[in-house]
Amino acid sequence: MANLYQSLELIRPEIILSIALLVLVTCDLIFHKNKKYIPYIALGGLLLTGIFVIANSGASGFAFIQSELMGKIGLLAIDNFGTYFKALIIITSILIVFFSFSSEEIQKITDRIGEYYALIFGMILGMFFIVSSVDLILIYLSLELMSLSSYVLAGFTKLRDRNSEAALKYLIFGAISSGLMLFGISLVYGLTGSTNLYVINMMLQSPNANLFTLAFANILIFAGIGYKISSAPFHFWTPDVYEGAPITITAYLSVASKAAGFALLIRFIKTTYVSFVDPVGNWQLLPVFDWKSVLIVISILTMTLGNFSALWQNNLKRMLAFSSIAHAGYLLLGLVVFSNGGMLAILIYFAIYLLMNLGAFLIVMLIANKTGSEDIDDYNGLGHSSPYIGIAMVIFLISLTGLPPTAGFIGKLYLFIALVDAKMITVAIIALLNSVVSLYYYVRVVKHMYLVKPEKEAPAVIPNLSDKILLTVLVAPVLLLGVYFQPLVDWAKSSLEVLGLM
Amino acid sequence: MLQVGLTHFLTLSAILFSLGVYGVVTRKNAVMVLMGIELILNSANINFIAFARFGNFGYSGQIAALFVIILAAAEAAIALAIVLNIYKTFANVNVDEIDHLKD
Repeated sequence: MANLYQSLELIRPEIILSIALLVLVTCDLIFHKNKKYIPYIALGGLLLTGIFVIANSGASGFAFIQSELMGKIGLLAIDNFGTYFKALIIITSILIVFFSFSSEEIQKITDRIGEYYALIFGMILGMFFIVSSVDLILIYLSLELMSLSSYVLAGFTKLRDRNSEAALKYLIFGAISSGLMLFGISLVYGLTGSTNLYVINMMLQSPNANLFTLAFANILIFAGIGYKISSAPFHFWTPDVYEGAPITITAYLSVASKAAGFALLIRFIKTTYVSFVDPVGNWQLLPVFDWKSVLIVISILTMTLGNFSALWQNNLKRMLAFSSIAHAGYLLLGLVVFSNGGMLAILIYFAIYLLMNLGAFLIVMLIANKTGSEDIDDYNGLGHSSPYIGIAMVIFLISLTGLPPTAGFIGKLYLFIALVDAKMITVAIIALLNSVVSLYYYVRVVKHMYLVKPEKEAPAVIPNLSDKILLTVLVAPVLLLGVYFQPLVDWAKSSLEVLGLM
Repeated sequence: MLQVGLTHFLTLSAILFSLGVYGVVTRKNAVMVLMGIELILNSANINFIAFARFGNFGYSGQIAALFVIILAAAEAAIALAIVLNIYKTFANVNVDEIDHLKD
C-alpha cells in the first residue's frame, strides 16, 4: 500500500489533470445554456496542473512498481527530463487556450466548446503519460489516448470541407503507424519477454536475440514515433492536416504533440539502447541496432524534404507545416550525436521552437480572422498597414531561420556545437545549407508584407488589446532569449537526468 | 500428430499482418482501410498471446492483448464517426477522391 501512495504522490499533475477533465465535462453538462465560463475552468485546471508540475520538479522515482528485479522498476519514471517536457506542454496548452479566445473559428463553435476543451485535456493527459512512461504497453496506450483526441480535434469545427478531410487523413495515417508500432512492440516482447524498457535493456546487454527481427521491430516502433514527430518517411500527413485543421489545433499539434514524440523517442532510445554514459557525456550504444546511421539518414532526409517542399507553398499554414517538418529534422540532429550535449541542444531548441512557432501561427491566425484566408497574396502590404503585426512576424521568421539576435540562433548554435563536438562536420554543413534554403521561404513572407504593393487596399489588421498582450508575451522572450539565454540553458542542464541510467 | 507450436502462431500472425498492410495499401474505401488496420492490430494480439503462452512470460502478454482489444474498439468508434462525417461532406468515402488539400 505504501508503494501506491508514493506512486500517487509522484503523479499528482496527472491526477489534477484528470480531475480537471471530469470537472470540465460535468460543467459542460450542467451549464449547457451558458458556456461562457468553460474556457476559464479549463484555464484554471491548466494553471493548477502547471503549479503541480513545478512542485514536482526535482522529484524522481518510479511510480507503480512492477517488479523487484534489479532494483525497483515501475511503469512510469518521474524525473527532471519528463518534468521539463511536461512544463513545455503545459505552457503550450495555456497559450492555446488564449489562442482559442481570439480565434474566429473557435468562436463559431461556442455551443460545443466544452467538448473542445475536454478533448484538449485528453490530449494533454496522453502526452503527460507519454513523456514519463517506460513500459511499451503504457507507451502505446498513452500514444493512442493522445492520438484519438487529436483525430477528433483536427476535424472539430466542421466549418469547411477541409476540416473533415484533415481529420480523415490524420486518422488513417495515425491508425496505420500506431498499428505498425504495436506489431513492433509485440516482436520486442517476444524477443525479450518483457515490455519494460529497463528489463529490455538488461536483456539486450547480453544479446542472444535475433538481431534481424529486432531491427525490423525497431523500424516498426520508429514508425509510430516518427509519425508523431513528423519525420521523413512518415511525414505525408503533416501538410494536409496542418492546413485543414483549425489553426489553434494546428499550432498545438506542431508544438505539444511533437514535444511528446521527442520526449518519447529520447527516453526510448536512452533507456533501451544505451549501455552506459561515459564521464564526458557520450552515450555508448548497445551493438544490437545501429540507431546512429538510421537517425542520421532520417534527420537529413526530414530537413531537406521539409525545407525544399516549403519553397513552393503559397498557403502560410502549409508553409509552416513544412517548416515544422524541417525543424523536426534539426531536432533529430541533436539526438544522432548520442551525447548529453546533443540532448541539451534538443531541450533548449524545443523551448525556443515553442515560442517562435506558436508566435508565427498566432499571426497567421490573426490575419486569417480578418481576411479569411492564409494565402500569401493576402499578406501584401500588411507590414505597412498593420506595423505591430508586421514587425512581430519578421522577428518570428528571423528566429525560425536561426539568425541572430533572436532566440532561434541560440537554439541552432547549441545544435551545431553538439554536432561539431561529435566530429560530425559533414552533417553540420548539410544542416547549415538547409538553414540557408529555409531563409528563402521565410524571407519571401517578409517580402510580401513590406515590398509587394497590394492590388486593392489591404484591410488593416488591428489586434485588440488582449491579442497585443499575447503577441508581446511571445515576441519578448524570443528577443530576450537571443541575448540572455543563461536561465534557459541552466534549466535545460538540470533536466538532463533520465532515470535509471548512470 | 501435428503439434501446434509457436511457429504456427507466428506464421498466422505474419500472414494476418501482411494481409492487413495489403488491405491498407490497395483499398480505396475508407472503411476497408480501417478493416486492414484491425487486421494489423489483431496480428499483434496473436503475437502477444502466443509469446506469453510459449515463452512462459506470465500473463503480461494476455493483458496487453486485452488492452489492445479495448483500444481497437475505441479507435473504431472514432474512426467510423469521422468517416460518417466525411460521407456527409463529400457524399463518398473513397480515400483517393478526398484530396482537395493539395499544393
